Amino acid sequence: MRNQMRKLQKPTRTAIFTYALVIAAFVIVQILVAGGNVNSTLAGQFVPICAYVVMAISLNLTVGILGELSLGHAGFMSVGAFSGVVAGMSLGGAIPSEPLRLTVSMIIGAACAGVAGFLIGIPVLRLNGDYLAIVTLAFGEIIKNVINCLTVGVDSGGLHFGFLSTADALNLEPSGTVIINGPMGISGIPKLASFTAGFILILVTLFIVMNLVNSRSGRAILALRENRIAAVSVGIFATKYKLMAFVVSAALAGAAGTLYAMNFSTIVATKFGFNTSILILVFVVLGGLGNIAGSIIAATLLTVLPEMLRGFSDFRMLIYAIVLILVMLATNSARFRALPGQLASKLRPARTSAKEGATGE
Amino acid sequence: MKKFSIGLLAAALAVALAGCTSGGDASPDASGNAGTAAIKIGGTGPLTGGAAIYGQAARNGAQIAVDEINALGGIQLELNYQDDEHDAEKAVNAYNTLKDWGMQVSLGSVTSTPAVATSVESNTDRIFSLTPSASAVAVTEGKDNVFQMCFADPNQGSASAQYIFDQKLGSKIAVIYKNDDVYSTGIYTTFKTKAAELGVEIVSETTFTEDSQQDFSVQLSDAKSKGADLIFLPMYYTPASLIFQQAKSMDFSPKYFGVDGMDGILTLEGFDVTLAEGVMLLTPFNADANDDRTTNFVSKYQAAYNEIPNQFAADGYDCIYAIWAAIQAGGITADMATPEINDILIAQFTSMDFDGLTGDQMRWDANGQVTKAPKGMVIKAGQYVGMD
Amino acid sequence: MVFLSHLISGVSLGGIYAIIALGYTMVYGIAKMLNFAHGDVIMVGGYACFFMVTYYDLPVAVGVLVAMAVCTLLGVSIERLAYKPLRRAPALAVLITAIGVSYFLQNAAQLLWTSNPRVFPSVVGNTSLNLFGGQLSISSTAIVTISICVVIMVALTWFTSKTKTGKAMRACSEDKAAAQLMGISVNTTISMTFAIGSALAAIAGVLLCSAYPTLSPTTGAMPGIKAFTAAVFGGIGSIPGAMIGGILLGIIEIFGKAYISTQLSDAIVFFVLIVVLLVKPDGLLGKRVQEKV
Repeated sequence: MRNQMRKLQKPTRTAIFTYALVIAAFVIVQILVAGGNVNSTLAGQFVPICAYVVMAISLNLTVGILGELSLGHAGFMSVGAFSGVVAGMSLGGAIPSEPLRLTVSMIIGAACAGVAGFLIGIPVLRLNGDYLAIVTLAFGEIIKNVINCLTVGVDSGGLHFGFLSTADALNLEPSGTVIINGPMGISGIPKLASFTAGFILILVTLFIVMNLVNSRSGRAILALRENRIAAVSVGIFATKYKLMAFVVSAALAGAAGTLYAMNFSTIVATKFGFNTSILILVFVVLGGLGNIAGSIIAATLLTVLPEMLRGFSDFRMLIYAIVLILVMLATNSARFRALPGQLASKLRPARTSAKEGATGE
Repeated sequence: MKKFSIGLLAAALAVALAGCTSGGDASPDASGNAGTAAIKIGGTGPLTGGAAIYGQAARNGAQIAVDEINALGGIQLELNYQDDEHDAEKAVNAYNTLKDWGMQVSLGSVTSTPAVATSVESNTDRIFSLTPSASAVAVTEGKDNVFQMCFADPNQGSASAQYIFDQKLGSKIAVIYKNDDVYSTGIYTTFKTKAAELGVEIVSETTFTEDSQQDFSVQLSDAKSKGADLIFLPMYYTPASLIFQQAKSMDFSPKYFGVDGMDGILTLEGFDVTLAEGVMLLTPFNADANDDRTTNFVSKYQAAYNEIPNQFAADGYDCIYAIWAAIQAGGITADMATPEINDILIAQFTSMDFDGLTGDQMRWDANGQVTKAPKGMVIKAGQYVGMD
Repeated sequence: MVFLSHLISGVSLGGIYAIIALGYTMVYGIAKMLNFAHGDVIMVGGYACFFMVTYYDLPVAVGVLVAMAVCTLLGVSIERLAYKPLRRAPALAVLITAIGVSYFLQNAAQLLWTSNPRVFPSVVGNTSLNLFGGQLSISSTAIVTISICVVIMVALTWFTSKTKTGKAMRACSEDKAAAQLMGISVNTTISMTFAIGSALAAIAGVLLCSAYPTLSPTTGAMPGIKAFTAAVFGGIGSIPGAMIGGILLGIIEIFGKAYISTQLSDAIVFFVLIVVLLVKPDGLLGKRVQEKV
């Protein structure tokens, strides 16, 4: 009984730690902002950081908790970004309150991305390992390509959609506006996102993911990760639980996409390609698979890092790559971790011998 | 072990945040005379990644102009270019870094998508912005203090269609454009509209993307089978060089018509210039021109960077001189507040005439778009020759 | 006739993918890692050959040999420095390190050789074989690419099935621990694999740049990803699979552009890939791995 209690407490403790981390970070940042201690470089990154944190947590659900490598997570972000912004821009008249409009947009973005996740998940989750990874990559590229060919406009008659045609073919009324203009993406997005909205989205994400993981379904998902065959043999319906994790992950990525897009006046489909998917995967792996707090910290750190390296001008991205390699080595290689100790023990005798040499002269 | 890594990460995060809040105002690679008060000009552009060639050219061109102006004595300028990786998010970060540095005048962003994002910021912050080469309409639209040094995309597209129509260059036109690129698609769209208006027949429209810009056999054979006699290429010169080569190997020799992105093809290292024989393009800049201004710029650029400047470099150079002209005319000094500089520059830019490398008698309208005469050029024996 | 000429373009594009995919599949089959830096090793190979041929006026053969030497050295050093310490780490950690290496190579190349594209000299000549009175032409590059591809595929198949080193590679691929117990040095074998994979990358780089003669620091990135797709398509780890996967990918790409839409060509390629993997979840020629209970 006592053993059970202790076992039950561990997830709760992790959850409390994670919530505390996020809330403390938010409070500290708010204090710093109020004190005028934050420069615009950092302040400008608050919302993207929040979006990336949510992306990392949601990808961690697929990669760390479900145990399936996804290389197309940015695709869901893209679906969420474009559908959310279309909603936000076309509802401008209907919902005057900005926070409410942002919320509605995020919900629509999440719903669309969730539907995309469901449709993609059905075929994808039949596969395993690297084959699953390549199919998610393929879907990510398909989403990018399809959105690139999409035009959407709005007028008093409602939304108009076009595919593989220019914006003129939408036949909008003169008062209508083109929202998605094919490869030119969306420009003139109202800046509805704010750090507070991002903070709330992180809390909601944490709430959803942590509750899912610690529920009966979550245990089924973990069982599938640890040993699929054993899990299936005790009656766990693999497809259902895999799909559940995948859809939740996609929907959260969609909400993050909306938040991200609402912070910049323009988005284009090519932004959400393979490189962005990889970037988010880096956050997850660096933070630790299945480790939510780790994802949050890694996403924050790796978003800020390239900006910190601006002083190196042209060498910036080279140094970023080196840091990335070294961090992966440092956190994953036993030999590398032992290196400082070895170096110290090597240096010590060397120093004494150097001293001896000095005294000898 | 996990706990250890989290602790490590958290510590690193704390250091990072502390570094950002306190040490953020350290100015990176300051150039020019640091001691005297200089007007701080900042710009963002892709200095790394696939589009780096454009960002670096614009920065280098602007730097030459700054060095020339500072050597004169008078008003001193200080230039700071930050990398935006051709990405809107990074561009806003770069812009904010420049703002923290104390930027008083902005050169916007070099490429279109980042420029749309940064122009909104500089409009809100009341920092005057003159982009060297971001040609999308959305860059200047609805922003009173954002100006362009290059032609806007629609101008190029309709000017090209008009030129082809006036000169009767072709009766059946094929277009190959890059459909995941703002610049290329922007020009294509207006070209198509104008062509339909003038009754110029477009027989073949094919595309490529960043991910598939190597094989053009399908696009070319489509144009060939539909009997196209002129191919319009609204794109940069790198894919164009592949198109010329592949068309030749399939014995297809239509006329080609390019836009300003085509400039640079003759200086592409190792390129067989005979492939580009007869290519026509509308470009504001020509590195082979013989006037004093161009030869001076080209020789200085070659000495400093060991390559021949392209149109982006010329745009960057012109931007600095245009701003300098406006600074002198408006009596701007380094100690003025940024919004004040902004207002004076808007007034100057909407009223002045400017002669630069990329055109004479340039004028800006209140929307921030430039009016200058595009030069119709044709490539003959590896040289640009005026078409008229 | 148009169909045939599209088929030929498809095969020649696919030949390039196939050669890159062969390198991918070698490394994956033995080291069980997705080496995302492979595409950038190709780019380095392209530059090495470029400098030898245009700056030092050396014959093409020497250029290719130098490129192979440079790439082999590079591949082995990358393996030693970045991948070897992670032999026991989770597969994802190695994947991320490979991505780090890829960023490193691209940025280092940009600093060393600038981001200006260069036109690669034609190393196989620009002649083409004309059939049916000029209606159908096959470029010499395409012929060379396909022949080299077949030669490499046959050589690799022979190497892995007949030679001692090749057998050691296969043993490592099946079970590293058991291979070690049989007296095979797993580390040496994996280094050897990287050496061969990188030498192939150099050849791929030269052929890629001859077929599509622009060279810039990002030249290898996209063909690398496409070749990775091709390797999975054919069944990753399978040498004939990589070749077939690569050629089919090229054909699908060209046919998709020619008969459906140029705007959607990327989506079409990936869509076909998904359909194939759903029907044959281990690729065209992949081995069905029995799951252990």
